[in-house]
Amino acid sequence: MSLHVPTMAEMMAKGESPEILFWVGCSGSFDDRAKKITKALVKILNECKVQFAVLGTEESCTGDPAKRAGNEFTFQMQAMMNIQVLDGYEVKKIVTACPHCFNTLKNEYPELGGNYEVIHHTQLIQELINQGKLALKGGGTFKGKKITFHDPCYLGRANDVYDAPRALIEKLDAEMVEMKRCKTNGLCCGAGGAQMFKEAEKGNKEINIERTEDALATGADIIATGCPFCNTMMTDGLKNFNKENEIEVLDVAELIANAADL
Amino acid sequence: MVSIAVFAIISLAGFGFFAWNMLKIRSNIRLGRDLDRSDKKSDRWKTMMLVALGQKKMFTRPIPALLHLAIYAAFMITQIELIEIVVDGLSGDHRVFREALGGFYTFIVSFIEILSLLALIATVIFLSRRNLLKLPRLNMAEMNGWPKMDANMILFMEIILVSCIFTMNGADEVLYNRGLSHATALGDNSFGFSISSFLGPILFDGMSDGTLHTLERVGWWGHIGMVFAFLNYLPYSKHLHILFAFPNTYYSNLEAKGRFTNMESVTNEVKLMMDPSADPYATPAEGTAEPQRFGAKDATDLTWKNLMDSYSCTECGRCTASCPANITGKLLSPRKIMMDTRDRIEEIGNNQRKHGKDYDDGKSLLGDFITEEEIWACTSCNACVQECPVNIDPLAIIIDLRRYLVMEESKMPTELAGMLTNIENNGAPWQFSPADRLNWKDEA
Repeated sequence: MSLHVPTMAEMMAKGESPEILFWVGCSGSFDDRAKKITKALVKILNECKVQFAVLGTEESCTGDPAKRAGNEFTFQMQAMMNIQVLDGYEVKKIVTACPHCFNTLKNEYPELGGNYEVIHHTQLIQELINQGKLALKGGGTFKGKKITFHDPCYLGRANDVYDAPRALIEKLDAEMVEMKRCKTNGLCCGAGGAQMFKEAEKGNKEINIERTEDALATGADIIATGCPFCNTMMTDGLKNFNKENEIEVLDVAELIANAADL
Repeated sequence: MVSIAVFAIISLAGFGFFAWNMLKIRSNIRLGRDLDRSDKKSDRWKTMMLVALGQKKMFTRPIPALLHLAIYAAFMITQIELIEIVVDGLSGDHRVFREALGGFYTFIVSFIEILSLLALIATVIFLSRRNLLKLPRLNMAEMNGWPKMDANMILFMEIILVSCIFTMNGADEVLYNRGLSHATALGDNSFGFSISSFLGPILFDGMSDGTLHTLERVGWWGHIGMVFAFLNYLPYSKHLHILFAFPNTYYSNLEAKGRFTNMESVTNEVKLMMDPSADPYATPAEGTAEPQRFGAKDATDLTWKNLMDSYSCTECGRCTASCPANITGKLLSPRKIMMDTRDRIEEIGNNQRKHGKDYDDGKSLLGDFITEEEIWACTSCNACVQECPVNIDPLAIIIDLRRYLVMEESKMPTELAGMLTNIENNGAPWQFSPADRLNWKDEA
């Protein structure tokens, strides 16, 4: 099945405007693992006939890592340029599969003049299922499997979204198991606050190893996340324990796309 | 008469010295930068009621929460008894409310006694958790020295306070039974208080009348003396949280935790850069304030709320125990960030009072107290903010310190410098061309 991914520019040329903009993000655009998550979400959007568009080459980093690293100049330059593009296309609603983009667009753009309704992709998928637009036909290949959910900090604590991803996992034909540290107590994967882009400070352990141990302790077959950075960190954590062939790290969008036979 | 005069002087001195110290703390907090938290009053009251008065966030750990509640409730209710002590102390009466309140008086004092006993038990458990069980979060490096002693002193004072209450009531009970108490006799032979009416006879029955009178006075004066001692210990101690928990939760950050503050000064600069008609050489308008330092190098670069946070911290270490960096052995401890901030603003305040407003001791929060290694270990995960039972925000301070380092000194880990260059040059933190952003669409 080929993906239908219109850009804002193409839509505008045709005199159309989409219901929602899919903000793909840098990971979703460039990282090989995250691109699969991007495609899974597009499949879902296509299946549900959601009128969406992407910015394509007009998209640029939201500035999140710059802001967390303390460079407000770079952040605001990025934000102002993005706001000009978004406002130029009269964007009202944005969905993104990256909690860092989600948080920045939702919480930090309004003060710079960018006001949009921003939702995380798990929230959109939940909405689509509730509206009956997406049926989970086969229930996927999860029968008898245990799935645990790792809360991304910028989705959970930062924005209090805990239920949407869990509600989706519970729709699968699988057993949902929680880690001992979950929801408000969830332990970071180690990538936030611009840590993704640098080596960790000296310590006695990597944070993603500590978190992977939490996940392994549940006996889960699948570690679900809703963040491309968490995905990388948990995947690396599994490799450390030589478990990468037994346990999968999947985004909630990938789980749902699988369950809907997409 | 002499005792009334002594009491009046102690009270005046006790409250006066306390007020003087609190004014110093207030002026220290006001050394911070402006921040508007005058909005959303009803939400603020609600937050304060739930988090400070209702101790909502304590209950994520039920056992310490219940022990803490016992001490907290005893403390709150004992304030009622203090009213009587003050009235008795100033009038020379004894148990002045007993006759007027009747059974209600017996109930209130009984209630105080039960809570005091629970508080005593809790205090002993807290002491053993700190000193015998050596709970890790209460025994980390930043707790060595004064912080550990401070914590134990508070608990010991608590024990003395409660012992005084029982000595006072117990001795008085036996005296009353012998018809010798200074309280007005109401024709019964016991005060009927829940604990001291049993405990008193057990402990003091065989003692002489004179000893009992002395003991009762020792309890009474010891109690009120400890109260004033405690009150005046607060400004020097982490125990100040019993007062600051209230304003600090009232002025909580009510925004989403992920939302970092917007730097207005930068916004103005960026707008100028993006405005083609702006004159880069224009002189600033008359009355424009001198630009502030970007971010925070010293405690005075922080907001007053950051500083209030630091005075509200009781060093419980829940932040540090939940910090992913600290858990994995990094140097960062959010609690230490708060303790350093408080110690530094105290130092600045004292210096300014001693040597004048412009005095510079050549030290700064970043460098002399908090190291760069600590602040770069933060993942900005908000676990510390989530955990704090009085809504302290260590993350805000960490980010402001980073801002200073990056924007004023261009100091940061080299990989981050590369990441920032990538964002500036090609709109992504990695070296990819913006022209390739949509390539994923056509990849198998």
